[in-house]
Amino acid sequence: MSSKPKFVYVTYIRSTPEKVWQALTDPAFTRQFWYGAYQECDWTVGSPWKLMIPDGRIADSGEVLESAPPNRLVLSWRNEFIEMREEGYSRMTYDIAAQGELTKLSVTHEMDRNESKLIAAVSGGWPMILASLKSLLETGASFAETRRWPEGM
Amino acid sequence: MVDVATFKPNTVYVTYIAASPEKVWQALTDPAFTRQYFGGFSIDVEPKTGGAFYLRYPDGKVHMSGRVLDWSPPRRFSCTWVVEGMPEFRELPECIVTYEIEQAGGAVKLTMIESHSWDVPDAILQGGRTGWPAILSSLKSVLETGKPLDVKLAPPEGMVEAVKKAVAERAWAKG
Repeated sequence: MSSKPKFVYVTYIRSTPEKVWQALTDPAFTRQFWYGAYQECDWTVGSPWKLMIPDGRIADSGEVLESAPPNRLVLSWRNEFIEMREEGYSRMTYDIAAQGELTKLSVTHEMDRNESKLIAAVSGGWPMILASLKSLLETGASFAETRRWPEGM
Repeated sequence: MVDVATFKPNTVYVTYIAASPEKVWQALTDPAFTRQYFGGFSIDVEPKTGGAFYLRYPDGKVHMSGRVLDWSPPRRFSCTWVVEGMPEFRELPECIVTYEIEQAGGAVKLTMIESHSWDVPDAILQGGRTGWPAILSSLKSVLETGKPLDVKLAPPEGMVEAVKKAVAERAWAKG
């Protein structure tokens, strides 16, 4: 029995689902915690989605599969770099749920293949991005190293 | 002492915290900190490899007990864990919980690794997979904002039954 590559990460943030949704979708927020990157998307089902590197390159692309602001967003997600593009589309889900004065954010990133370089790569990347997002919403400051794209990438 | 080589990591949680390695170490090992973010439990640990380790309820009763496998401040803290506070759980074999602390740019990378020596059913692993994100999210908030998070947690559905079944079958003794 082999299980498909899947990354699951949960974090709790002292914030509201509306703020967390905004932080995950609004370029003014994502530039601060997502290494300067921003997304081009209108967040409606069927619309194209792009994750843009600050220099104008496309890092990842796909489309909106489900959109229920501020609680759930599902994207198809393909990395556009040569070494991972051929793997095709992964599936990325945000589940955003209020819990009292907190918000539970769950990120599930999975690929319907036996092995995936993309899922391995995002498994290393998501914890820093989501930790920086949590710091931004709770303290007003993201981590300095997540405010710009890493050199040479 | 346990044979660490027979333990495999089943659950890993990574977070990054705007604090020094020393502060993160203190938050993990000082009862005044753990009470705030770890379900109200106070850590009680002999600060040396081979020392005794407990997590205590507010009234002093033991919730978890174990032995320190590695005490290397402020980089690595590893101990065995046995759940003492819940009758079904205390029959289970010990697991190992390891914290690794590394500088990562201006932040600290904290890695929690929960390892087991047997083929643990998912329904039991779900306990840690539900609990660690809440505990470590709250730890990060304590260090960055001074305020813990009040996360309501209960054992996940099916966990207690899975523990009872594993204990009845002595599932770890198979193979």
